[in-house]
Amino acid sequence: MTSEELLQIAETNAAERKEFDYEVNVCAALGCISQHSDKLKDALEHEAAASGNRCHVRQTGCMGLCAAGPLVRVEPTGTMYGSVQEGDAKAIIDALGGTPVERLEAHLEKYFRGQEYIVLENSGHIDPENIDEYISRDGYEALMTALTQMTPQAVIEQISKSGLRGRGGGGYPTGLKWGTVAKAHGAQKYVICNADEGDPGAFMDRSVLESDPQRVIEGMAIAAYAVGATKGYFYVRAEYPLAISRLVVSLREARRRGFLGTNICGTTFAFDIEIRIGAGAFVCGEETALIASIEGLRGQPRPRPPYPAVSGLWGSPTLINNVESFANIAPIIRNGPQWFAGIGTERSKGTKVFALTGRIANTGLIEVPMGMTLRQIIFDIGGGIPDGRRFKAVQTGGPSGGCLPAEHLDLSLSYDALISAGSMMGSGGMIVMDDTSCMVNVARFFMEFCMTESCGKCVPCRTGTAQMFNLLTKICDGEATHADLDLLIDLCDVVKHTSLCGLGMTAPNPVLSTLRYFKDEYLEHIDNKRCPAGVCACSNKVRTEEEVIV
Amino acid sequence: MPPLPSDDKRWKIVNGTMRRHGYARNALIETLHTAQSSFGYLDETAIRFIALSLHVPLSQAYGVVTFYHHFTMKPAGKHTCTLCIGTACYIKGADKLVAEAQAYLKVKPGQTTPNGNISLMTARCVGACGRAPVMVGDGELQGLVEPAQLLQHLESWAAND
Repeated sequence: MTSEELLQIAETNAAERKEFDYEVNVCAALGCISQHSDKLKDALEHEAAASGNRCHVRQTGCMGLCAAGPLVRVEPTGTMYGSVQEGDAKAIIDALGGTPVERLEAHLEKYFRGQEYIVLENSGHIDPENIDEYISRDGYEALMTALTQMTPQAVIEQISKSGLRGRGGGGYPTGLKWGTVAKAHGAQKYVICNADEGDPGAFMDRSVLESDPQRVIEGMAIAAYAVGATKGYFYVRAEYPLAISRLVVSLREARRRGFLGTNICGTTFAFDIEIRIGAGAFVCGEETALIASIEGLRGQPRPRPPYPAVSGLWGSPTLINNVESFANIAPIIRNGPQWFAGIGTERSKGTKVFALTGRIANTGLIEVPMGMTLRQIIFDIGGGIPDGRRFKAVQTGGPSGGCLPAEHLDLSLSYDALISAGSMMGSGGMIVMDDTSCMVNVARFFMEFCMTESCGKCVPCRTGTAQMFNLLTKICDGEATHADLDLLIDLCDVVKHTSLCGLGMTAPNPVLSTLRYFKDEYLEHIDNKRCPAGVCACSNKVRTEEEVIV
Repeated sequence: MPPLPSDDKRWKIVNGTMRRHGYARNALIETLHTAQSSFGYLDETAIRFIALSLHVPLSQAYGVVTFYHHFTMKPAGKHTCTLCIGTACYIKGADKLVAEAQAYLKVKPGQTTPNGNISLMTARCVGACGRAPVMVGDGELQGLVEPAQLLQHLESWAAND
């Protein structure tokens, strides 16, 4: 593969597309498929053929707004249709070239305004299983440039200059990590893509893998070149069968086009990727546990140092990055680090993909520049809280993060601002809660999660989470005293400071953040045995007593 | 290599996975995945056969099977109802769905009805949070599930037993 051949593929693909007057794109990511968008696509194809229009019906990745699925976008007009059923296919095809079908039209200007796409630039525009469509949108140009015009050091320098920080949650500078692996000694080095998105309420990585898998493969290949690795692994959750099947197809296509294998792009660089499927353990998102799992062992973390960058998979230097981090690599190489560093805040560069869910009107996937405020995200893009309810809290960072109350709505999003507010960026789950949620119950929910997901290797995490869960249950049931609350706070401190890995160290966060902002709710449960939101068992008890009196 | 446990063709599929990985020890989890998707669950015969073939201590193989939530040593029912209890689904009332299903089927999550018809499972996020609360009925994902809809589903399965 040379750059001329790359250009030729792109041109051929563009010419093929010119043969059609219209393109009808149907979202074929998990959210829309659950509403039978696959059958809708068949119906649209059938109608398009019958109508005699020069029209191309194609499956694409996620278009973002899962709440209005299944979504259909008609090009070149850019008309968006929402909640489209199989029976609507004829109406849509008939309306091509005329006025759009009014009853199906989705008016999403507000939702898309304010968003900025880097990672999701191809999502919803290309067929994820067709590598040529990716190439026609500048795909693999970055890999070609890196391999033929840049030294590995130059690639690392560009990534460092861009200011990209790990998108898995920790926010460690990506360039620094790459530099460490590049400098480490070892005959064999590995690159691992962490797609074990265990954080409940987050689906960014799934969506990227389902919508634009080639972008992640390209990012991994560039990383492998930069650090000197020849073998890569995708570690994907077993819960994401569609993402896995798209990856299998995409890896085969990338090999066929010569972007994986030996002599990539006519150079001596060789690299190939294998898929490893997780088996449902949250702790495997931790890098040392993930490595143990790839080695075929129980996914238990080990003490660090040595860090995986020095001694990782089978004792070799290993680079582990998150899906979204890898997805940012190709655009940085293509557009230059200054371009990327120009987006975002002082210390958090670029954009971040969030999964906006919970009690919010527009649930779905969004990508916004760093530095945007929570208020803009929740009320402008998200459309606010439905059913006339009141905003109560937003949870970021999953079981390791925290809940932020209304007074923090004007917080501008960056790694550091979120940590100082008692939460964290995490991988990008953003769950909005209204006044029907009890914050003590939410803390208990997360503690139950950490308790069942604790691998059991270190004592503070194994028994600490169980004890904290019991205390929280006691509070929820209205049986706790102030002494229990003090013990809970003590335990948070112990577990946070003495656990072996990130799971235990961050497990107390949901409790600490709810205690910080919603202490009155804890006290209400303890003093008055009442749950203000009416969720917990104690409020049911009060209610039944009242009923008895009546 | 140990002989295949029986002339069931599915053992050949399991053996194929191990052969593809050169019978390397690190193929344990991959092989267990193949065995579970072929047989539906992992019984003692399967674990012994795989451990022996890959030269992995039986204790380690058993440890791996019991460590990961995805692996099960019990056969599933004819139908499987998996309710997602991830954060987004919890906020949208997944606990009510679980209580509803539990009351109707009279089994706890992770168990199968005594007649072997329906298994009730819970999942830690299937990644369709935009459509919460979510259930997976026999592999088919459904979003925005109402308790009535769930009951209707379970009743139709129970009726066809």
